[in-house]
Amino acid sequence: MINLKSSTIRQWSRLGQRGVYGQALLKLASEGNSSLFAISADLGNSSGLDRFKRDFASQFLNIGIAEQNMIGFASGLSTLSKNVFLSSFAPFITMRAAEQVRMNLAYMKSNVKIVSIGSGISMGYLGNSHFGLEDISIIRSMPNIPVYAPCDCLELFRILEYLSSYDGPAYLRLTGTSPSTSLLPDDYQFIPENIPILRDGNDLLVLSYGSILANIVSSVDTLNTHSICVANVPYLSASSQLVDLISKFNKILVIEEHFKTGALCSIVKEILVDYNFPSKNVVFHSLPNAYLSSGDYSDLLTVYNLDKNSIIQLLSTLSSV
Amino acid sequence: MTDISNLYKDARQIRKSIINLAFSSSGGQHLGGGLSMVDIMTTLYGSVINNCSNSTADPLRDRFILSKGHGVLGFYPVLHHYGYISDEIYNTYKTPGTQLISHPIKNLEYGIESSNGSLGHGLSYAAGIAFGLKQSNLSSKVYVLVGDGECNEGSIWEAAMSASQLQLSNLTCIVDCNKYQSDGHTDDIQSVVSMQLRWNSFGWHVIEVDGHDISQLLDAFSIKTIKPKLILANTIKGKGISFMENDNSWHHGRLTSSTFEQAIAELS
Repeated sequence: MINLKSSTIRQWSRLGQRGVYGQALLKLASEGNSSLFAISADLGNSSGLDRFKRDFASQFLNIGIAEQNMIGFASGLSTLSKNVFLSSFAPFITMRAAEQVRMNLAYMKSNVKIVSIGSGISMGYLGNSHFGLEDISIIRSMPNIPVYAPCDCLELFRILEYLSSYDGPAYLRLTGTSPSTSLLPDDYQFIPENIPILRDGNDLLVLSYGSILANIVSSVDTLNTHSICVANVPYLSASSQLVDLISKFNKILVIEEHFKTGALCSIVKEILVDYNFPSKNVVFHSLPNAYLSSGDYSDLLTVYNLDKNSIIQLLSTLSSV
Repeated sequence: MTDISNLYKDARQIRKSIINLAFSSSGGQHLGGGLSMVDIMTTLYGSVINNCSNSTADPLRDRFILSKGHGVLGFYPVLHHYGYISDEIYNTYKTPGTQLISHPIKNLEYGIESSNGSLGHGLSYAAGIAFGLKQSNLSSKVYVLVGDGECNEGSIWEAAMSASQLQLSNLTCIVDCNKYQSDGHTDDIQSVVSMQLRWNSFGWHVIEVDGHDISQLLDAFSIKTIKPKLILANTIKGKGISFMENDNSWHHGRLTSSTFEQAIAELS
């Protein structure tokens, strides 16, 4: 595990996930990982890759505004012992180039990592064309591509560090704006199936992932309660750890910045059915299945009840706080 | 020095293998496009492609990508003829549990570099390999076969732009220009008349040849270029079997005993 200074972690938090992606890749390459190769479909600067492409020019390519080609090209390049990281906005990769993702990454298991910058509704005024509302659902429906979503910039780095030596495809979903909130301790270790508990409690289990967890943790802190357990699920899968955790609670709230279909809400429903859990009180809180409003990210979170006040209200109605 | 007459013998033998393989396995077969590519493939595997170590995992090997993935009848018999796959493997074609189905599945042991079938993917994949080889200072070459119908796909042209931008001189794309696609003649669907101009304007070094003239093909492959190379191979769909030539019902057709007998007789 690469040692990170506390000051670096704090500095990265100010940048937010999107900016830190490039910084983190730079750090990994600087530590001597020469197999790393970054490709961007003309969104290198938007992915925080400006310094990476200056310092590691031979490990970077702007392939132009051509996401389909980017995926196939990366897949071919990966056969030369390269671990290729691609970045673009979530829909441009998961929908425009879905067939390339299926053939090259899912089917051929190419050593290519997709990094979706600005997923969820974090693109604000850029609107539905740029939002990542369906991306987890689409990727999760394909075999062989694990889906990860970091809750803060440290976790983003640790997932990237893990993926830098993982041989195979993966999908990494970045959300939130800058600055972002640090939620994990400086000595955090990323182990894919682990579910870090951000706040402990025994009455209500809140399952979530991504930057929205900051609002959930902040809500619980404001309520000053020990009855709510907030769990971070960075690896979007029906892991045995998730099944274990669900088995321990009768009241569960799932919160996510994604449509209700195909992501964490669906995973929890699958677990409840597949494992024949007796009836539990489960509430699913996600983005409505519709094309959404545009606006400042923080305003949009309020509109869609993912802001701190809305979450406090929701928690209060579900838990005896 | 390549003995061209031997390559023509190989091509004839491979066409026979195609007819035998198509007849001995179940269901419809992409015969037309499999037969149109035979002389291109024979030239490649009989003379051009360098696999001197006989290891299909050697980083120094030349790579071939079948982007027109439905062309397996023009691919598996070639791999078999030149010793990449054994009789035992070859005979599993379209039998339960086989890796040799109607579209290629990546399998380096068999010399199959990529999974294809969905059109418009192979050129990007090949360009990525060619770029990686150059980055790694390896002198291997990459060959990719696309169909003329396949060039309807926009992703082909995304890849074409990248290959010229990156000056992938180690990349050769061959268009099997047989003038037909699934539903009919290219003139009626998406004309190939300006195919040469299109590739040229995308920054490729274009060489137009008779795709059944092995001598022309050898010359085209041997030309050294700075740009990526496009061999526009004018071919005849169903080439070699009189009743299949330019009859697009053989795009995906099934041999009966009598058409099988006739086809074999024509190749003998």
